[in-house]
Amino acid sequence: MSTHIGKDFIPPDVPGKVTGEIKYAEDYKREGMVFARLLTSPMPSGRVVNIDASEALRMDGVVGVFTADDLPPVPPPGNPALASEYVTYVGQPILAVAAISEEIAESAIDKIRIDFERRDFVVDPIESLSPGGSNAYPEGNVLVRTQEEGPEGAPIVGAEIRDIKWPQSAIDAIKTGKEPVGGEFTTEWAFGDLDAGFADAATIIEEPFVTIGYPHHSLEARTGMAYWENGKCYFHGSSQSQSANNAGLARMLGIDLADLVFINEATGGGFGSKIGPYPFMAITGNFARVLNRPVQLRITREQEFYIGSARSGMQGWIKVGVKADGKVSAVDLVIVNDGGATGGGSGNSSAQHVTVAYQPESMRYRGISVYTNTTPRGAQRGPGQNEMAAVLAPMTDRAAAAINMDRVAFRTRNVLDSDGFQGGSQGPVTSAFVREALAQGARTFGWDEKLAQPKVNGSKVRGVGVGIGYHGAGGRGYDGLLRIAPDGRLFIHSGVGNLGTYSYAGTCRAAAEALQVPWERCEIVNGRSDKHLPHSSGQGGSNTIFTHTRTNWLAAQDAIAKLKEIAAADLGGAADDYGIGDERVYQSADSSIGLTYAEAAQRAMELGGKFSGQEYPDDINPLTQLAVQGLAGTGLIGVAKDNIPGQGQPPGVVVGFCEIEMDKDTGKFEILDYTAIADCGTVVHPKNFDNAMRGGAVWGVGMTALERHVYDPQNGLPANTGLYQNKPPTYKDVNLNTKMGGVNIPDPQNPTGGRGIGEPTQGASAAALASAISNALDGHLFNTAPTTTDMIINHLAGNSYSTKSLKTNTF
Amino acid sequence: MYSNTTKNGAMSVNSKLTRRRFIKGVIFSGAAATTGTGMYLAANAQSGQSAAERLVTLNINGRNRPVDVLPSETLAYTLRYKLDMTGTKIGCNRGECGACTVLIEGVPNYSCSVLTHNVKGKAVISIEGVKAADGTLHAVQQAFIAENSPQCGFCTPGQVMSAVALLNNNPRPTRSEAIDAMSGNLCRCGAYEHYINGVMRASGQLA
Ligand code: FES
Ligand code: FES
Repeated sequence: MSTHIGKDFIPPDVPGKVTGEIKYAEDYKREGMVFARLLTSPMPSGRVVNIDASEALRMDGVVGVFTADDLPPVPPPGNPALASEYVTYVGQPILAVAAISEEIAESAIDKIRIDFERRDFVVDPIESLSPGGSNAYPEGNVLVRTQEEGPEGAPIVGAEIRDIKWPQSAIDAIKTGKEPVGGEFTTEWAFGDLDAGFADAATIIEEPFVTIGYPHHSLEARTGMAYWENGKCYFHGSSQSQSANNAGLARMLGIDLADLVFINEATGGGFGSKIGPYPFMAITGNFARVLNRPVQLRITREQEFYIGSARSGMQGWIKVGVKADGKVSAVDLVIVNDGGATGGGSGNSSAQHVTVAYQPESMRYRGISVYTNTTPRGAQRGPGQNEMAAVLAPMTDRAAAAINMDRVAFRTRNVLDSDGFQGGSQGPVTSAFVREALAQGARTFGWDEKLAQPKVNGSKVRGVGVGIGYHGAGGRGYDGLLRIAPDGRLFIHSGVGNLGTYSYAGTCRAAAEALQVPWERCEIVNGRSDKHLPHSSGQGGSNTIFTHTRTNWLAAQDAIAKLKEIAAADLGGAADDYGIGDERVYQSADSSIGLTYAEAAQRAMELGGKFSGQEYPDDINPLTQLAVQGLAGTGLIGVAKDNIPGQGQPPGVVVGFCEIEMDKDTGKFEILDYTAIADCGTVVHPKNFDNAMRGGAVWGVGMTALERHVYDPQNGLPANTGLYQNKPPTYKDVNLNTKMGGVNIPDPQNPTGGRGIGEPTQGASAAALASAISNALDGHLFNTAPTTTDMIINHLAGNSYSTKSLKTNTF
Repeated sequence: MYSNTTKNGAMSVNSKLTRRRFIKGVIFSGAAATTGTGMYLAANAQSGQSAAERLVTLNINGRNRPVDVLPSETLAYTLRYKLDMTGTKIGCNRGECGACTVLIEGVPNYSCSVLTHNVKGKAVISIEGVKAADGTLHAVQQAFIAENSPQCGFCTPGQVMSAVALLNNNPRPTRSEAIDAMSGNLCRCGAYEHYINGVMRASGQLA
C-alpha cells in the first residue's frame, strides 16, 4: 500500500510563501551591490549607428555601461542578450547601465544618446510572405532549421534565416480561408493516403483560423543578481529549472560547471518562459565580473513584456474529412507561425495536437515560421498544442453535427487509446486512458442532462462545450541522488526547479515511498547548486512528475541494494535475504536481525567506496558527478541514472467540459460550470493536482477569451505591454467552483504510475470554452483565439468585421 | 464584503482611487517610454540628480521606523529596499497586480502606488506584520497552507493582505463577497479558487 504517493502533504516552501519569508532573486542584497538597468530599443526595426554614453559615464554614482561588445557575438538567428548592430523589436535591450543606486542608473539611461537608422518593419507574418513584403531581419524573414529542433525552451541552434515570398495567389488564398497553393513551406510531413481519406469522407469541413500570441507575464519579472568570489560566480536567478540551467549558464559566463553556484530557491512563475538560462542572464553575470561588484539587474514589468517571451501566433487553414461513422479519415493542415523576433513557431506541435485529438487515418502538415518585428517568442504552456485545441474544438463540433453525432461520442470515436499514436511520425504513447476520461467527465459534468436543458432564457443563452488538451508529459535519462545520513534521516537531492508547481517536492515522495521513510524524517535538498544537486530535466513540457519520480525511485533502489549488501556483509547471508521497513534493513526470515538505516549509513561511511559516494556509476552526468563528490563520505549514497527501458511518449491528457451563459445584448458570458478530468496516470499529490488543474483552467480562459498581443501596424508599437491591458484572467473572469478529477490509472512505465499534467490543463479549458461559445451561438465558428467580447458582439450584431480578415498581432 | 468604510468609521482609501491619483500625479509627469518604467518614475529621473532624502518616521507593523525617504519614493520601495522587508512583492510597479498590497489604516492599498511621504503617521501593516508576535501564523496564512493556495507564491503576500483586511471587516464573508474583496489581486498562476477556499477556511466556513 502506498504511504506517500497519492497522499497530500505540505511542500516545504509553502509556509515561506504565506509569510513572505521565502526569497526570490530580487530579494537578495549583497554588500557593495550596484543596480543595473536596461536601455531598450524604441523602434521595431533599425540599426544602431552610434552610442554616446559619455555624459552618463560622467555622472556621479554611475559605475559602468555594458554593451554587446562586452559579450561574445551572437550571430542571427540567435537571440542576443544585447543588440549589437540591428534592433528587431521594440523593447530589445541595447545596453545596461550600472550605478550605486537605481535612481542614478535610471537617470543615466536618459543621458545616453543613441543614433538609429530606421529600417522597414513588419508585424504580420502573412504580410512578410507577400510579394514585396518587408523582412524582419536584413537576412530575410523565415527561420529554417538545419538541425532537428531541441526540446521545448531550448535555444535555437542549427538554423538559418532565409528570404521566402509566396505568390500573391497563395497570399490571397490563405487570407480568404483557402488552401495557399504554391506557398513554400519549411516543414512538411504526411502519413496515410490523403486523397483516399477525403474520398471516403461523408463530410468535409474546410476552415481558416488564427491564434494570437501573448506574453507569459510571469508575476516575477526575470530579475537576477550575481557576484563573484574566488573565481566562482554566485548567481541568484529566476528560472523554472534548477540543474538544467547550470551547463548553459556556465557557458554564458565562460566558466567550468564547478565554478557556478546557481541559487534559485523560488521562482515567481515561468509558464515556459524561464525553462533554461535565458540570454539576459549573461548580462548580469558578466557585468558583475567586469565591475568586480555584485550586480542586480532588475527587469520592469514593461521590459518583462518585451524580453520575457510570448506564445507564437499562427494563421492557418485546415481541411478535415469525416466518415459517416464519425472516424476522421483525412486532415490537411497548413500553419504560418508568427515567430516574432526569434522566429520559432510551434506549428509542428499544433499538428501533433490534431493527431492526438483525431487519430486520423491520413494527414498532411505543412508549416512555415516567419519572423516579425515583435517580441521574442518561445515555449508557453502547451505551445502549439493548446492554441490549436482552442480553434479545433468548435470545428470538431461542426464535423460532429454534420454527421449527426453527439460531440462527446465523436471525440470518443476518434480517441487516443494506449495503442494509439501522436505526432507526424505516429510515435507510440506509454499508455492512454482518454476514453475513460471522457466518460468520467461527461458523467461528472452531467453532459446529457445539460444538453437537455432549455438553451434560451430571455436575452441569455447557454452554451455547453467539450475539449481535449494534450502534451507529452515525461522524459528519460536523468539522474537521481539521495543520502541516508548517519542519524538515519533521508536527504533527497533534487535538481528540479521550483516555479510553483511543487513537482520538485512531489517527485521526492517517490524516494520516500521506495525506502519507506516517514515524510517527517525526509528532507528535500534543493534551491542552490552548491548543495550538491543532480542533473535534472528542465521544468518544461509537463515532464517532471514522470521524469523525476523515476530518478528518485531509482536512487532509492540503489540505496536499498546498498543497505542490503551492508547488512549481508555484517550480519551474514546474501543481500537477497534482506528486506526493508520501519527504517531498518533486516533478514526477511527473522526481522529481529538487521540494522537501522542510521547504523547502515554509519557502516557505509566506514566502508567508503560506492557505499558513501567515493565511487559512483560512470554513466551519470558530470553535474551529478560533482554533486556525489561533494557528498562523498557523509552517509549512504544512492545514485543512479534513469536507464529504465521502455519507449513511447508519456501522454498528459485533460478533457474539459464547460457551461456558459452568454448575454446576447453585451456579448459577455459567465462560466457557470467547468469540469475537467485528467489522464495523467496515478495522481501523485492530490491537493496540488487540483491546483495545477485549476491554474491551467484559468489559463485556458485567458487564451480563448482574453489575451493577445496588439501591435499597431502603422508604427510597429505594442499597444498592451502591461498586465492591465493584456488582461490575464482575474478572480472575476473564471469559474471558482470547478470540479477536477483524474482517471488515476497508473502508467506502466513509471514506478509510481504518474505522468505530468501542467500544460494540457490549459488546452482542455481553452477548447471546452471555445466549444461552449460556439454552442451558445448555434455553432458559429469564429476560428480565433482569443474570441473576445467585441468579436462576439460584432457577430451578434451581424458585423463580420472581426472575422473577415484574420490576422495575428494586429487586429 | 469589506466596504469603503474602515472599522473605526474613517473613509478608506480605495486602492483603485489611490492608484489613479498616483498615476496622474507621478507617472505621467515624465517617465521615459524607451527606458522601461523603473523604480523611479518620477521627476527625479529627469533631473538626473538625487532629490534630497528626508528623514521620516513610519509606523510599520506597530513599530516606529525612522527612514530617509525621497520625495518620489513609493512605499513598496521603502519597505523592500530601505527597511529590508522583502515580503512585499513588486509585480508591476504600476497598480495593476496587487502583489505589493499592504494595509494602511486597515485598508488594502497597492504600496507601489503610494508615496511613502503620504503614509507618515498612518498605521501600515505589511506581510511581515501579519503573524503573531510569538510566530503563530494568522488564520489566513494557516488556511492558505492547508488549501495549498500558493503556486509560485509571488502574489501570495498580497493575497494574504487582502484576505486579512476582508476578514477584519467581515469575519464570515460569502464566497462572492470574498471574490469581490480579493479581485484586486492578480494571480498569474491562476490559483484563485485555492485562495478563495483559503478565505472560506480561515473564516471557519470550510472544514
Ligand atoms: S506591484 Fe503594485 S500593483 Fe503591481
Ligand atoms: S501563485 Fe503565482 S502569481 Fe499567484
